[in-house]
Amino acid sequence: MAYAVPKEAYNGKVLNVKFGKAPNAVSIGGENAMPFLSFEGEIPNKPVIAFEIQDMPPDDWPDTVKNQFAGVSSDPVKWAQRCQNELKAQAIALRLISTHPDRENRSPQDAAKTVKDVLSAINIPLIILGSNNVEKDASVLVAAAEAAGGYNCIIGKAQEGNYKTIVAAALAHNHKIIAMSELDINLAKQLNILITQMGFNKENLITDPMCSALGYGLEYTYSVMERIRLAALLQNDATMQPPIAGDVGMYVWKIKEVSASESEAPLWGSLEERGIAWEALTAAAMLIAGTNLLIMRHPKAVETVQKVIKELV
Amino acid sequence: MALSGVEIFKLLPKTNCKKCGFPTCLAFAMKLAQGGVDLEKCPDISEESKKVLGEASAPPIRTFALGAGEKAVKIGGETVMFRHDKKFFNPCAIALNIKDNLSDAELKKAAVEVANSEIERIGQKLRIDAISIEYASNDSARYEAAVKLIASAAPDTAIILNCKEPSAAEKAVKAVADRKPLLYGATNDNAETMAGIAKANKVPLSVCAQGVEALISLTEKIKSLGVEDIVMDSGAKTAKEIIEHNTQIRRSALRKGFKPLGYPVINFALRDDSTFEAALASVAIAKYASIVVISSIAKWKNLALFTLRQNIYTDPQVPMQVEQKIYKIGEPTDDSPLLITTNFSLTYFIVSGEVENSKVPSWLAVMDCEGLSVLTAWAAGKFTSAKIAQFIKDSGVEGQIKHKNLIIPGQVAILSGALEEKLEGWKITVGPREANGLPTFLKSRTA
Repeated sequence: MAYAVPKEAYNGKVLNVKFGKAPNAVSIGGENAMPFLSFEGEIPNKPVIAFEIQDMPPDDWPDTVKNQFAGVSSDPVKWAQRCQNELKAQAIALRLISTHPDRENRSPQDAAKTVKDVLSAINIPLIILGSNNVEKDASVLVAAAEAAGGYNCIIGKAQEGNYKTIVAAALAHNHKIIAMSELDINLAKQLNILITQMGFNKENLITDPMCSALGYGLEYTYSVMERIRLAALLQNDATMQPPIAGDVGMYVWKIKEVSASESEAPLWGSLEERGIAWEALTAAAMLIAGTNLLIMRHPKAVETVQKVIKELV
Repeated sequence: MALSGVEIFKLLPKTNCKKCGFPTCLAFAMKLAQGGVDLEKCPDISEESKKVLGEASAPPIRTFALGAGEKAVKIGGETVMFRHDKKFFNPCAIALNIKDNLSDAELKKAAVEVANSEIERIGQKLRIDAISIEYASNDSARYEAAVKLIASAAPDTAIILNCKEPSAAEKAVKAVADRKPLLYGATNDNAETMAGIAKANKVPLSVCAQGVEALISLTEKIKSLGVEDIVMDSGAKTAKEIIEHNTQIRRSALRKGFKPLGYPVINFALRDDSTFEAALASVAIAKYASIVVISSIAKWKNLALFTLRQNIYTDPQVPMQVEQKIYKIGEPTDDSPLLITTNFSLTYFIVSGEVENSKVPSWLAVMDCEGLSVLTAWAAGKFTSAKIAQFIKDSGVEGQIKHKNLIIPGQVAILSGALEEKLEGWKITVGPREANGLPTFLKSRTA
């Protein structure tokens, strides 16, 4: 029987976002086909993985992943250098978790200093994340954006409740933005519109439709990402065309499956490998749903996902 | 290709006899076109029309069982490209590949491990569904012995005979024909012989080709030789080939109604690095494989793969639910706090996770609200003061704790007054609006 490969005619294209400074700047997005279908479109950039580091010791991380950074995790500068020099990270995601009112409630000025210290110690691109406290992030990320002026960083996450001040700071200091909404394609679209209405170039925007861990709502994130991509490519919806970020590590490394010991959960097998697999599989699912930028924690999980990426492009 | 109502009408007797339960033949034809009624309802249809209509109304991807008995798994039958369009129906079977030249003890150990792989997660029993036995010994007597040994050590597990050598395959098929093994498989060189073996023993047959297009002539040939239950391996090995081939195959079947590719797909995701193999297998599970074969299993790996498969195959229109009951988080005592939430599985996972993070042992009352989240359940009248009061009284929690203090989600703060009236003697505390506020909330209460 006569056969022709059924190809999809895409009208739209994912925007290309470049962050960091030459010669180590990184580009994400730019594809005009659904994830990894290069028989019917151009996929110019590989997905990028950023290593997550924090501005205070990760006491709340399970041992499996915390131990990987023993000796450096009390100092964000050393931690960043370890990721860059030994783990060959393409980018670093610095989470300013200490600024959360329930953690150490450190000031925006403290956060700005950490940002400066980390930036002067590395030459790969930096993603600067707040503590996910909507009010506090507004002031912390403004100070961080100023401190990082000239470095073409990604700042996040701008949410419905705080995007105005964060976007204004990113505009003033030439940074990219991660816009986060909660597992709803319409909310993601609305936030992108609100941000661009402030005069923020949509080509500097990255969408985070909220990640979920394997077994803890992964299917919701997966389908929202697929729907965002379909809207961007098939309907040429310009408000849905920013690249997608997946903040995988923070959702994975707090669930029971990555912390229950083998004696507590004998049916679940080795804790060490279980945790790594959990982060790697969550990230792999995000990739095939359309994620362009992954934020991850465990070096072995990152290594595994890099192998998958190598086979995907 | 599916026929339109009018095209179907032309093939009907046009007598408007009403025996089918519809007022006219046209009305029956329209319903038939939507798949809402069975062709058999028409008592007077000609054999010739029946054949034409039967083929046209066959599902775009054939469905059949892998294995026999209670633990046989249905494969194929998918109708959409994206799970949000409707849902994925028949979860991808996961199979362990074992080489026949291992020692008997090793074979037995692996088979028993598969047979005992069952884990329960959110009310579903999940397991490694099949064993693929690879003909690596090049000795048909050894192969037959290995197949028999594995079949008896894993008495309910489906079997895939991974053997392209017809004489060895035939002996093995005969030895376990009652288990309905999948014969893998037919290539350009052996297709006729393999089809003969599959047909004679009434077992499904997998074709193996290099590339999607090369599958077509093979499935057509096998079908013309009388084998209906066919599985396809396009030779995809890398993650990219798996996604691209499987996408092309499913699109051809669903959008073009292209019958020669309307069969379930098998992918071999074999890698030495076990974590990498798990990641690769998840790519196949998410992207349309009906069977994925891996080279090693382990409890941690099985759990991760089962969970991924469960997530992808969840019906997007039916919220996942957890059982209504009072859950213990940590080791609560009779003065540990009591919280209430709804039984939407995500709500439960997030709330229980945050309570766990707080390290404050607690009682979590999870109320059946048909799988709705807190605010939706409240809006739908399923999480009301009267129903909560009834649930708390019926749950028997009053016998488990010595205080009468209930923490309700901040989203439904409005219920606190009415609840205090309906639950006599109870004090209602309004908790945080979002679950991520729970650790601080619970810690500050005990401080």
